[in-house]
Amino acid sequence: MNVQIRDIQAADPAAGSRMAIADGDIHPARKSDRELFPWLAKRWQDELAGIGQRYRQPYQSGPAYPKSQPNAARRDAVPPGGGKPGCDLPFMQRQHLDPNNVALGILNPLGAGQGLQNPDFCAAMCAAVNEWQIAHWTSQDSRLKGSIVVSYEDAPAAVAEIRKWAGNPNFVQVMMLSRTGEPMGNRRYWPIYEAAAEAGLPLGVHAFGYGGHPITSGGYPTYYIEEMTGHAQCCQSGLTSLVIEGVFARTPALKLVMIEAGFAWAPSLAWRLDKTWKTLKQETPHLTRAPSEYIRDHVWWTTQPMEEPEPREHLLDTIGWIGWDRLIFATDYPHWDFDDPATALPLRISKEQRQGFFLDNAKRVYGVA
Amino acid sequence: MSFAYPGGIDCDIHPAVPSLQALLPYLDEHWREQVAVRGMDELASIAYPANSPLTARPDWKPAKGPAGADLVRLRREALDPFATSLAICNCLYGVQLLFSEDMAAAFARAVNDWMAKEWLDRDPRLRASIVVPPQSVERAVDEIERCAKDSRFVQVLLLVMGDQPLGKRHYWPIYAAAERHGLTIGIHAGSAYHNPPTPVGWPSYYTEDYVGQAQAFQSQLTSLICEGVFNRYPNLKVALLESGFTWLPAHLWRLTKYWRGLRMEIPWVDRAPTDIVRSNVRLSLQPVDGPPTSTKEGRDSLLRIIDHLQSDELLLFSTDYPHWQFDGNAVLPEGLPPDLIRKIMIDNPLATYSRLALTAAKEPVR
Repeated sequence: MNVQIRDIQAADPAAGSRMAIADGDIHPARKSDRELFPWLAKRWQDELAGIGQRYRQPYQSGPAYPKSQPNAARRDAVPPGGGKPGCDLPFMQRQHLDPNNVALGILNPLGAGQGLQNPDFCAAMCAAVNEWQIAHWTSQDSRLKGSIVVSYEDAPAAVAEIRKWAGNPNFVQVMMLSRTGEPMGNRRYWPIYEAAAEAGLPLGVHAFGYGGHPITSGGYPTYYIEEMTGHAQCCQSGLTSLVIEGVFARTPALKLVMIEAGFAWAPSLAWRLDKTWKTLKQETPHLTRAPSEYIRDHVWWTTQPMEEPEPREHLLDTIGWIGWDRLIFATDYPHWDFDDPATALPLRISKEQRQGFFLDNAKRVYGVA
Repeated sequence: MSFAYPGGIDCDIHPAVPSLQALLPYLDEHWREQVAVRGMDELASIAYPANSPLTARPDWKPAKGPAGADLVRLRREALDPFATSLAICNCLYGVQLLFSEDMAAAFARAVNDWMAKEWLDRDPRLRASIVVPPQSVERAVDEIERCAKDSRFVQVLLLVMGDQPLGKRHYWPIYAAAERHGLTIGIHAGSAYHNPPTPVGWPSYYTEDYVGQAQAFQSQLTSLICEGVFNRYPNLKVALLESGFTWLPAHLWRLTKYWRGLRMEIPWVDRAPTDIVRSNVRLSLQPVDGPPTSTKEGRDSLLRIIDHLQSDELLLFSTDYPHWQFDGNAVLPEGLPPDLIRKIMIDNPLATYSRLALTAAKEPVR
């Protein structure tokens, strides 16, 4: 393979933005919790104001690893009228959707109550956030599609929420966070995967959340950079569990989109899974194929934060091993580690590869014309 | 495929403690009595279930007892076939898993004395890692000081999953002692199981536990780099053992990208993580966690991933005896260039373990 790497300086800054793109990871925010009140019972409005949102982490608000920027957001993404970055649709349109020619934007609401300690509160918040996505976002801009957020630690409630929205064109995936209370392939979660497959919706697993375990298997680290880097290990463990527990073997229609988890680790994990599975096969008779085959057939990956090797051409090997049909471009707007479509992939690739990477792969997995 | 490389240095073999009874002569009276009165069981970690195929290659598995417990077999199976000149013994007896720091310190001491007497004294090709009780940093340092007098100990052994990330300042006295004595820090697969072995809790299958070692190594590398261990101890060498290595490039791409964005949080890290790894971190060869090299496509892919490492100085020859990582003598993946093989077999181990060059004159452990 003879690869030319385009010098970023020489790249046409408008090149990426000329073509229509999909953005697989946009984070809408609410101006205040009051935006959810139309869909929250009085009891839960009082809970919000009273006990508040208690996750499996120490603080009433804000993370124990302070972010690098307020709200982990781009400084320039604060709307002119104030409020959290990502809370103002017209500003998001002006700053991101229009200039970057986003034809399909997938909304992944964070702070949606997923992972709240109180399971009923969690389910109520998720239900309200789903209504809010339609009222405030997808009904206002047809380029945007929502994710059904579910209370995944309580599978029956999550299944009910999925069934409630199945077939509704405002939603294109079911969303979980990666830091689950048990490894993601654990059977307590299986009904969620069956319900997603039944509804014809991919399962999007977004990095983050609070499952109650340290982000490393050797205890809590010290720094925010370790937590951010650690989401990749966390997602590798979750995917390992999904594969080895046989979730894909049992639910062949399930599609999984790993969101903001990195993707370059996938080939190494798949090789290691295959090698270990081959030696220990007797333990997992429910697997009828090599682990790498389940991953190849069932998993898609959003690209942000895009790995940046030097030389960049190494990434072409990696994407080749994963499959050019499996990557979904994402910006993570409005967060600080936003990947700009104009500069995110400074590599000479074929027109088909570019088209798939920036738009068509997303359209295919999300079933959007 | 037969493979022997005269002069090769095997950086990861596992002599096994045959049973707790074998350590009794190396424990003092108090601990001997504790073992008897309390009816203590073997300290055999669930990281390597006794009869799992991974724990003992079928042709290396004895009819009775743990694989790797017999020196005669170890010579015949691990040293002679590869014409190995030196081999580093990493004893995986579950000392680090205990909760009592006194008990852990006593067993660490016993394991090291047993290692010197039963193995190092009996074969001049053997070197060893010092087992320390990470449960108590103070006692770990004491044990390093005690064993460092014997130049056949070339490394300090830690498990990749303990109570806290290994970069934490809490552990720095261990690194200071290691650097002082020219000892490498060897971080080996395995867990104290004081934390769940994955960041999302306890898995159902042993397969997940073993695959998950690679994620643990990634986290520990992050910790060592971000905490500034290599800024404080620039001469320290860290060897990742039974770690796999194909995960390294992608991990460094991610970590280096975040370092660019977040270095204000860790300003002492004044070089890119990629550069720090090149100067201070090494990885053992087995298990080769790459594509199968039985096809040309597989061989090409493995060479690509080795190219992604961007250094021919990172990999250290290891058989991981008696764990089942390869068949026959096919310890090296097919298709590696001869220059790289020489580096892996000899040059890189010598550069990583400065004490290998010391005279092997026997200085008995007190």
